[in-house]
Amino acid sequence: MTRRASLLAVAFALLSGHALADTTLLNVSYDVMRDFYKDYNPVFAKYYEAKFKDKLTVQQSHGGSSKQARSVIDGLEADVVTMNQSTDIDAIVEKGKQINSGWEKRLPDNASPFSSLQVLIVRKGNPKGIKDWNDLVKPGVQVVVPNPKTSGNGRYTYLAAWGYALKQPGGNDAKARSFVSALFANVPVLDSGGRAATTTFMQRNIGDVLVTFENEAEMIAREFGRGGFEVVYPSVSIDADLPVAVVDKVVDKKGTRKAAEEYLKYLWSPEGQQVAAQNYLRPRDKTVAAKFAKQFPVVKLFTVDEFGGWTKAQNQHFDDGGIYDQIAAANAKN
Amino acid sequence: MAGTQNAPRSIVTTESPLVRWLLTAIALLFVALFLVIPLVSVFAEAFKQGWQLYLAALIEPDALAAIKLTLLTALVAVPLNLVFGVAAAWAIAKFDFKGKSFLITLIDLPFSVSPVVAGLIYVLLFGAQGWWGPWLAEHDIKIIFAVPGIVLATVFVTFPFVARELIPLMEAQGSEEEQAALVLGASGWQTFWRVTLPNIKWGLLYGVILANARAMGEFGAVSVVSGHIRGMTNTIPLHVEILYNEYNFVAAFACASMLALLALVTLAAKSYVEWAAARQAAEDRRQAVE
Repeated sequence: MTRRASLLAVAFALLSGHALADTTLLNVSYDVMRDFYKDYNPVFAKYYEAKFKDKLTVQQSHGGSSKQARSVIDGLEADVVTMNQSTDIDAIVEKGKQINSGWEKRLPDNASPFSSLQVLIVRKGNPKGIKDWNDLVKPGVQVVVPNPKTSGNGRYTYLAAWGYALKQPGGNDAKARSFVSALFANVPVLDSGGRAATTTFMQRNIGDVLVTFENEAEMIAREFGRGGFEVVYPSVSIDADLPVAVVDKVVDKKGTRKAAEEYLKYLWSPEGQQVAAQNYLRPRDKTVAAKFAKQFPVVKLFTVDEFGGWTKAQNQHFDDGGIYDQIAAANAKN
Repeated sequence: MAGTQNAPRSIVTTESPLVRWLLTAIALLFVALFLVIPLVSVFAEAFKQGWQLYLAALIEPDALAAIKLTLLTALVAVPLNLVFGVAAAWAIAKFDFKGKSFLITLIDLPFSVSPVVAGLIYVLLFGAQGWWGPWLAEHDIKIIFAVPGIVLATVFVTFPFVARELIPLMEAQGSEEEQAALVLGASGWQTFWRVTLPNIKWGLLYGVILANARAMGEFGAVSVVSGHIRGMTNTIPLHVEILYNEYNFVAAFACASMLALLALVTLAAKSYVEWAAARQAAEDRRQAVE
């Protein structure tokens, strides 16, 4: 049976035209990153082959960020993980022990090669006149946001709104809480992930405004055309770090550490940064950033450190019984 | 009114033609709305931008890999269930033993358990944090997030099809013919090949067709254990989902149309089997009369 299976596997590999590569990396990533890595993988493979005279294939797996982390914990043999929130990588450190702690210090910029931010996407002509976060809490405005319980995208939106309210004159935690609560009272559908929220807004035509990552806005433009919507940059938003890490246990077992580390390091190279900018991810490299400055309007940003870091924010706001749960329960009653 | 008096089609219907027409129309409307339109829309959506794009979506390497994996999975899962189903049905229908009803319940378990749970069972057993995970990792055996896991999950969900099909059939047939064969000096093996198998062959084929359709179409359980590695561990249903999420609607529906086609072929095969079985039954009756 095993022999037959392996024969079949070889036959399939030949039939499908995949050359048998010397090195294979598996990149386990989140949902909306597929477009970036589709562009980045061939660029890196070319560089790697030229430098190390070794043929390289990168396999991709995509899904909700936290779900993907769970699969890695359960034994999906990822060489690298590329997530949208450091808590997902921390979960692998704690629960699966496949990644050594201190991963965020092993690469520059807290191991986050580029960033994105939450923007507001409105219908053509902006009929509801939405300009900033405070327009989202007005009565009669429908806001489409993915569920903060299941999606990093939704968590960033929640924290961005909270931070905005906090930064208003006389802002404090109590005011921020009622602001966020009013915002989520305007949400007609809570989808489980960012991609599903986009489909709700664009295809099912539900809601007046969609809050999502800046790079997802570019995706929508490519798929649905630029004519159907407008991107509104709020006065202040949250800096969404998109962290990456090598999965130590897997690369040491497979002997792919060198390739995996190169793969991530190259994300910071001018070429990697260029591909990121082309996919509307904000680059760290100053030269590349300057070159693409026109497509990235300057927005005042704050980071999750405002909330004491992801672990604390998660604990306080999103864990079971946390502030988000209390808000959702109160909204459901009204 | 005159029509009903002239040609009373059926003695059991006494309703007015209006009622009859209305009921027929409602039934047809339902069939059109819930079966025909969705089926047509799958193909319409798939061919929306021409057959070249349709074909391109099917011969794309990731799609081909998904097709091959799906075929491989069915090729392993269906024969396994065939052997098991015949053995279980044989034991249950022809013999009496303790715990028989428990065994029947056990065979039915995959029907009553949600496919997601079925997948999670294997994560629990073979996952890195699961019961046998550490041992498997030590010996470098990959089950979950690889082909064996997908096959296992598929075997689990298709487990009852063959057995469930055969048990009532074999119970109805009783064991007189086998007993006669044994009395006439046939060995157990001969009895099985010459008496039992010919009697159940249509039911068996029917079960295999259903098991195959489910094996190729299974989504939930396979999704949990797949790991979603493109070109490696995606079956056709999983590939359809990925393509849909990428807004690649033509390719998604092209692959979906293959599954729909499989369903149609299954239906045709099923109708043929039923027809052939009925014909043979009639033949047998005629011979018995003669």
